[in-house]
Amino acid sequence: MLLQRLSEARGVSGNEDEVRAILIEEIRPYVDDWKVDSIGNLIATVRPKQEHGVAHRVLVTAHMDEVGLMVVHIEKNGLLRFRPVGGIDPRILPGKRVLVGRDRLPGVIGLKPIHLLTAEEEKQVVKVEQMCVDIGAKDRDDAASVVRVGDVATFATAFLQQGKTLIGKAFDDRAGCAVLAELVKERYEVELVAAFTVQEEVGLRGAQVAAYAVEPEIGIALEGTICDDLPRKEDQTPVTRLGHGPAVTVMDRTVISDRRLVELVLRTAQAEGIPCQIKGPGLGGTDAGAIHLSRRGVPSVAVATPARYIHTPVSVMNLDDLEHTVALMKAVLHRLHSDFPWGER
Amino acid sequence: MDIGALLRELSEASGVSGYEEEVRGRVAEAIRPYVDDLRHDAMGNLIALRQGVGPEPRRKVMLAGHMDEIGLIVTRIEKGFLHFSQVGGYDVRVLPGQEVLVHGVSLLPGVVAARPPHVLGEEERQKVPRMDELLIDVGLPPEEVESRVRVGDLVTLRVPYQALRGERAAGKAFDDRAAVVAIAACLEELTRLRHTWDVYAVATVQEEVGLRGATTSAYGIAPDLAIAVDVTHGDMPGVAEWDAVELGKGPAISVGPNIHPKVYEALVETARRYEIPYQVDPFPGRSGTDAWAIQVSRSGVPTGLLGIPLRYMHNPVETLDLADIRRTARLMALFVSRLDEIDLTR
Repeated sequence: MLLQRLSEARGVSGNEDEVRAILIEEIRPYVDDWKVDSIGNLIATVRPKQEHGVAHRVLVTAHMDEVGLMVVHIEKNGLLRFRPVGGIDPRILPGKRVLVGRDRLPGVIGLKPIHLLTAEEEKQVVKVEQMCVDIGAKDRDDAASVVRVGDVATFATAFLQQGKTLIGKAFDDRAGCAVLAELVKERYEVELVAAFTVQEEVGLRGAQVAAYAVEPEIGIALEGTICDDLPRKEDQTPVTRLGHGPAVTVMDRTVISDRRLVELVLRTAQAEGIPCQIKGPGLGGTDAGAIHLSRRGVPSVAVATPARYIHTPVSVMNLDDLEHTVALMKAVLHRLHSDFPWGER
Repeated sequence: MDIGALLRELSEASGVSGYEEEVRGRVAEAIRPYVDDLRHDAMGNLIALRQGVGPEPRRKVMLAGHMDEIGLIVTRIEKGFLHFSQVGGYDVRVLPGQEVLVHGVSLLPGVVAARPPHVLGEEERQKVPRMDELLIDVGLPPEEVESRVRVGDLVTLRVPYQALRGERAAGKAFDDRAAVVAIAACLEELTRLRHTWDVYAVATVQEEVGLRGATTSAYGIAPDLAIAVDVTHGDMPGVAEWDAVELGKGPAISVGPNIHPKVYEALVETARRYEIPYQVDPFPGRSGTDAWAIQVSRSGVPTGLLGIPLRYMHNPVETLDLADIRRTARLMALFVSRLDEIDLTR
């Protein structure tokens, strides 16, 4: 399964090479053209079915990068001090396993044992500054022989499938990458430009330059998005629900989606009998935030597969949701040419 | 003996206090070649006998390391998610985002839910969650969860053994499977040494919930002398130098009221004579190990305690140096071979 390879590949923002290599190999037989730009985006083109005079250009993105850690200092005793890359709740770091640097050096983040904690300490959140990655090095020289300041680390999480349940890391946004890699296997009336972007987690930076270079008429960001459907006391939005199909963004922190695109996606889902949900408005941000502000503006929308526990070492996703996202987006791309009011506003 | 391979096998096996059958089977297979008898008692302690060569009636030395591990237990099922409590003492702070194995009708992988940072308010971020606020997600529809998981089912952390640099390794339940490995390696070493005493090697149960297995096994064996092996806090950030020993510097020989002074002296003397690096680990009172229970078994047992240095105790990524296990095993074996030389009079 492509998602397994993508999930287990390592691509902390700015270090997306492993993920990109897998994707190049996967899409190369299907796309008409591909290139890697200066920031590291993989941009591929699928030409339209027929050469209309007016093949509209649609940019669909999925980001390759994931949140992780960066080594900032090596202690005398060989332990590594680090800082998060992207949004990580420090409370999920203790007791986790990581892989450091290109050579996948195994390390662990251990906490002072509970036996030695004061009552006060037990109630305190451990700060990132108090944690270290332990690679088993004897001392600084030993550690420095295999790790450099600036090396990045990912969570060491193996992919696991149990029936329809998918368990693994970085579904935000390898889910989107897996979907996009499927979309390029068909031709549409529109010209599809697929951009596998970099550095989304540190500010939508890959999408910004990709959108500028591609100059699309429409932008669609594919995501693995927040799913907060745990049972809770208060009546809070779950944002999305697992198993209820792809989620369409109406509004998040970075974009107010083009209403016509939202309606087109919902209409397509209904026509095709594909389950679909609207993402609880407000939270998160996607590449659509950068794309819709490109040049003079690009009508954009985000469509995502729900994933529980994103930005933690292990996320949970539903296979049906993933497959429904592929089916829905293929249908949307097929309909765009005739179903979207091109040129109007 | 491949110490790393055995530690991997035992670490990855399940054996929460009171449910040690799986790990016990693996320990039994590992030590079977080196012992004359293997049995388990009513509590589930695995008791192996390796006979000495002295004339009968032979004296008995007990070597004890506990095979149980801390774990979680399902307390309630809500909309397909599992509420849980713990068996033994976890630091709740290591649990969010952890992969688990639910021991239900069949084994079910799952995760301890950790809500994404996007949805967390500032107040929430500053809070250590209470265990009863955490949930386990097995990713199945509620009906299926209800049919496959029951209240009271155990949950272990799904953490693979991880070799680190040099001879260091990380994993779960090194407390106290590392000691069980040391005892297994000691039994193998004893096949090359002459010992007059009978050796009772015990993988004890329910240490984490109150030294219960050591209590009954020590009574049953009635040893003339005992050595308990456990892990002891290794150096790490945030822990005072005087509260920890160093990784890779050899076994920590305990001293204090829990320890018979002559046993302590003999262990130190043995380490020195055979040039085995060692450290001293002072316990001013309760050692919190099987040694505490064994010392007061029946009319009292002269007891020693060896500690394998271990960082991040009761984390799922406990970290140690395999060389320390090997040295603990060797020190113990040499000590056993010299038991006739020890004068225990106080």
